Amino acid sequence: MNTVKLELPINKEQIRNLKVGDKVLLSGVLITARDQAHRRMVEMLERGEELPIVPRETCIFYCGPSPTPPAKVCGAIGPTTSSRMDGATLILLEHGLLAMIGKGERGSELVERIRAKGAVYFTCLGGVAALLSKYVVSCETYAWEDLGAEAMYKLVVKDFPVYVSIV
Amino acid sequence: MTPRVINAEYIKTKIIEAIGVLSFRSDPKLLNCMRAARQSETSEIARDILDAILDNAAIAANEQIPGCQDTGTLVFFVDIGSSVLIEGHGLTAIIHEAVAEASRKFYLRRSIVRDPLLDRTNTGDNTPAVIHLSLVDGDGLVIHIAQKGGGAENMSRLFMLNPSSGREEIISNVIRTVTEAGAKACPPLILGIGLGANFETAPLLAKRALFQDLEARNPVAYYAELEDEIKSRINSSGIGPMGMGGNCTVLAVHLLQAACHMASLPLAVNLQCHAFRHLGIRI
Ligand code: SF4
Repeated sequence: MNTVKLELPINKEQIRNLKVGDKVLLSGVLITARDQAHRRMVEMLERGEELPIVPRETCIFYCGPSPTPPAKVCGAIGPTTSSRMDGATLILLEHGLLAMIGKGERGSELVERIRAKGAVYFTCLGGVAALLSKYVVSCETYAWEDLGAEAMYKLVVKDFPVYVSIV
Repeated sequence: MTPRVINAEYIKTKIIEAIGVLSFRSDPKLLNCMRAARQSETSEIARDILDAILDNAAIAANEQIPGCQDTGTLVFFVDIGSSVLIEGHGLTAIIHEAVAEASRKFYLRRSIVRDPLLDRTNTGDNTPAVIHLSLVDGDGLVIHIAQKGGGAENMSRLFMLNPSSGREEIISNVIRTVTEAGAKACPPLILGIGLGANFETAPLLAKRALFQDLEARNPVAYYAELEDEIKSRINSSGIGPMGMGGNCTVLAVHLLQAACHMASLPLAVNLQCHAFRHLGIRI
């Protein structure tokens, strides 16, 4: 198993050097978004509005963390099933999105688009959220607090372990 | 029979306590299965993942952080003796209150939305819980509690098979369910299988099967062998931990069977991810 360290945001050049199955330790900013946040982003794009993120510079993490207990950096952090976000991701890729993290396979149309766009889909381990929380340096609400666990959170991570699944 | 009176607040305290245990502590038998699987895994990546699962369990217990961020739907199976009288409050109300309180106390993720279609706003306290009540003989009160994550639940399936379907068709449908779920259900899995009964009861059997002791086997030899065969055939499929390849895809298979209509053969497969959070308390 090949292990590489990468700083976020990553560019197409760096993505080209990745191979499926590589373990990657990511450092930098992850923005969480799941079902409802994706729905909002798609609606905003349809209305021609500006998103709270710059897709090209964002690594989206399909994750709804558990609340941060007092005196802790964050709660439990882990991936949700990515394929629910496939439709919205097709649109975000058109707006420059290059990196996403989740769990499970993606639909064949999306796999093709990810490759055609020179983007990358990472998976990380489900159900090891106490362990993954140890790679989080800070966690704060980033946008849409009203969505609760489905809000966008900004996570600063150090050597966060993921695997290259589609490239 | 003289009624046995149990105080509602006492039950609530016991439920909250149990949810605290469920949220942070892994079942020791689950960890044993995981260690055994780690020994027999030949794939490097699978061993890496099983190590991560074991490390995760230790961190969750030591630091009181949930082992998975999806702290699930709170599911209750309550067997209440017919001579039990609960004093102070109704049983379902107690359960909902306990869930709301435990969610705050243990910083559980709030994962329940108000309405499936019209209003998917979060209820903010993980209520309503899912509650199945059964009236049984005697003066016992047994409460089984699970935190059931969405990923594995979404990939669970019900098949209304033809009675002429044989053992092989049952096995192949279970294998298909696990294969299609892949990494989405977070393997290694525990399978709850309900065979027989009817459209709504087969899934209940499958879910109840998940509350069994991890080492339990079906008391009927034929079904115990079926459990074994399903387990070994899935494990030779190569899906592996988190779907990344390996020979540990399923840790345990529990099947419960029941009588059914002569025209029916229902088969329900409830997938349980490796974040296995099931506990029974006797009050
Ligand atoms: S399927 Fe289980 S382990 Fe995976 S994210 Fe959901 S609750 Fe956690």
